[in-house]
Amino acid sequence: METIASRPLSLTKTPFHYCPGCLHGVAHRLIAEAVDENGLRNVMTGIAPVGCSVFAYKFFDFDMAEAAHGRAPAVATGIKRARPEMHVFTYQGDGDLAAIGTAEIIHAANRGEHISVFFVNNAIYGMTGGQMAPTTLPEMKTTTSPYGRKVDDMGHPIRMCELMATLVAPYYIERVSLLSPADIIKAKKAVAKAIKYNKEERGFTFVEIISTCPTNWGIDPIKARDWAKDNMLPFFKPNCFRDRGEGVE
Amino acid sequence: MKKEMICAGFGGQGVLTIGKFIAQAAMQEGKEVSWLPSYGPEMRGGTANVSVVVSDTTIASPIVSQADILVALNQPSLDKFGPNVRPGGLIIINTDMCPHGIKREDVVKINAPMSEIAKELGSLRVLNMLAIGVIIGTTGMVSYETIEEDLESFLQAKNPDLLEQNIAAVKRGIMIGNSK
Amino acid sequence: MSKVLMKGNEAVAEAAIRAGCRLYFAYPITPQSELIEYMAKMMPKVGGTFIQAESEVAAINMVYGAAGAGKRVMTSSSSPGISLKMEGISYCAGAQLPAVIVNVQRGGPGLGDIQPAQADYFQATKGGGHGDYRLIVLAPSTVQEFADMAADALDLAYKYRNPVMILSDGMLGQMMEPVEFRPAKTEEEVQELAKQHENWCICPNEDGVNRHHHEINSLEIDPLVLEKHVNNLFVKYAEIEQHEVRCEEYNINGDNEILCVAFGTASRIVKSAINDLKTEGKSVGLIRPITLWPYPYECVARALHKNVRQVYVFELNKGQMLDDVKIAVAGRCDVKFWGKVGGIIFTPGEIKEKLLECF
Repeated sequence: METIASRPLSLTKTPFHYCPGCLHGVAHRLIAEAVDENGLRNVMTGIAPVGCSVFAYKFFDFDMAEAAHGRAPAVATGIKRARPEMHVFTYQGDGDLAAIGTAEIIHAANRGEHISVFFVNNAIYGMTGGQMAPTTLPEMKTTTSPYGRKVDDMGHPIRMCELMATLVAPYYIERVSLLSPADIIKAKKAVAKAIKYNKEERGFTFVEIISTCPTNWGIDPIKARDWAKDNMLPFFKPNCFRDRGEGVE
Repeated sequence: MKKEMICAGFGGQGVLTIGKFIAQAAMQEGKEVSWLPSYGPEMRGGTANVSVVVSDTTIASPIVSQADILVALNQPSLDKFGPNVRPGGLIIINTDMCPHGIKREDVVKINAPMSEIAKELGSLRVLNMLAIGVIIGTTGMVSYETIEEDLESFLQAKNPDLLEQNIAAVKRGIMIGNSK
Repeated sequence: MSKVLMKGNEAVAEAAIRAGCRLYFAYPITPQSELIEYMAKMMPKVGGTFIQAESEVAAINMVYGAAGAGKRVMTSSSSPGISLKMEGISYCAGAQLPAVIVNVQRGGPGLGDIQPAQADYFQATKGGGHGDYRLIVLAPSTVQEFADMAADALDLAYKYRNPVMILSDGMLGQMMEPVEFRPAKTEEEVQELAKQHENWCICPNEDGVNRHHHEINSLEIDPLVLEKHVNNLFVKYAEIEQHEVRCEEYNINGDNEILCVAFGTASRIVKSAINDLKTEGKSVGLIRPITLWPYPYECVARALHKNVRQVYVFELNKGQMLDDVKIAVAGRCDVKFWGKVGGIIFTPGEIKEKLLECF
């Protein structure tokens, strides 16, 4: 019998613990497929963040390190510099990357570390129960912005790709989403490109993945995708901000 | 034998270097040494100082509370450290920058217009080498030959043109030291 | 190799490189800046990695990564910066990572000042970061010892897969003394050291398919698993307590009427006072703990000879080691404390005066 689809080798058999309708599993799979396709599994290391994907080290079947909240890019830097023969990525959420870990991500990018960063943005803190994130949209209600995010008081959501694109060193910066099958195919291409560039030691690669959080948004997964399309994508526009491999600046 | 020395002056007068050359030479001559600088923002414009201990035996405290030798390149240094020199100790005073001197009769004082002499020798920057000369001319703590050797290897790497001037300063200092 | 005159900050850096440290991550802070500058200058010459990190927090997490990759790695800072590293140190302890952290202590709390102090004893030996863990803490008292401890700390860190702190201070960092370095490890030896850890660390899976899935991790969400993990850590700590206690006995003998306990810079000043009193026919001994954890309780207890009528603890803080001395003395003798703070080092004369009050 011919196998036309199977679980990527780079994923363990541990079932994902994510909530129903959560898209972390999809994002994990895209990365695992890209690692397999590039033949990197034996030299790959992922850095799990603090957040919903804190257990990512249980799901990826290659060497993994768990980082303190926000510090994944620093940990990745240490590993990559210590073992340049390894290929390293971080997997981080919006609170991890764009709040507590802002310094680490900016400076790892600015040094042009040869690592890939997969940044999953769902505009909310998932693991701790739906608090406001740096990417929470204006007027969006969370458990710590119960009356909606008031931008005069709480600041505006941060667009990380745009911020990263002001730096000289990053080699590849793209924002994609997982909100429809077509978007997932586009996301797969972006993730694969980042991993390929990583393999080729091109430089710092950054893929922001717009995702959902049905549980903490308090709506079902289908509505969550629609809500994200209507509200997140106008603010966090999918775009390739830089791709030096393709001459995009 | 144990000698405890404090060198002090304005930041930029080279007091740390005075201490370093003496400590380095003493080490080469088989002595135990320690070199402890003052450090921090007060070094800019304020007084810089260094404590040097040279001993035949292991040095416990590198902190000098009662110095055998004080090299004071300016008045604030003389005022600050002069009272702590051991009775019978030695104070080397740069009279150009210590207009008020120090009222102590229980120590040996060497007064010399060191800034002027350094300028005569070609540059105020050799003030520290002049001071080293005075120290070894007076105390014999280390030999001239060791200092010359260190100065040569130090300047050969950095600035060989300055060697002659620096050697002349050390020699002139020794003369001042010997004459007292 | 002959002796060279060097600052403690530079000597410890040179010694670490010689001992095979090839990665160093840090952030500038007085009075340890010569250390980071020396590493910036020398690491490229040995093919090593130097990164001036964006913060102490980032630096310790780079250390976490590099240690997780099995390589000899070090960071350094001074007191306020060490506070920032404490989160990462706790993670290193939890994930059993062999890191070396040098603290060139200055006066605190807060921004404090930049002069020498010993006020981070609690932080180094009693926690600092969160959770049940221990750091091996080495306290040098000379530039030579500071340098030697770089190699010792790296060895201990890898032997036990545990972070090791060298608790130095501004005086030892800034002062120059003669140092004789141990021979430098060859590149082959450095490579070999890293190979020894490839059974647990992040490294290439050279055999091909799925040889390993190594995890560097301090998260154990199941309480029973975490309990087991912490208990295992403490089995390791017990082993360290059994084998790695170090202290120096100075002028300890049956005639001692006073027993002093002091570490690091403070101990040197106390030694001068003891020497001085000896010429006056007064016998004072000193226990100088070299490992602050594991603490040399037994050495202190053993030194309590029958003539000792006073135990005197001298520190450049408000009495942070005092409790440990009291534990060691266990009520057998009165224990006094005197110290100075603010980055001010007491003088031999002051110590002598304090000791004379007890005769």
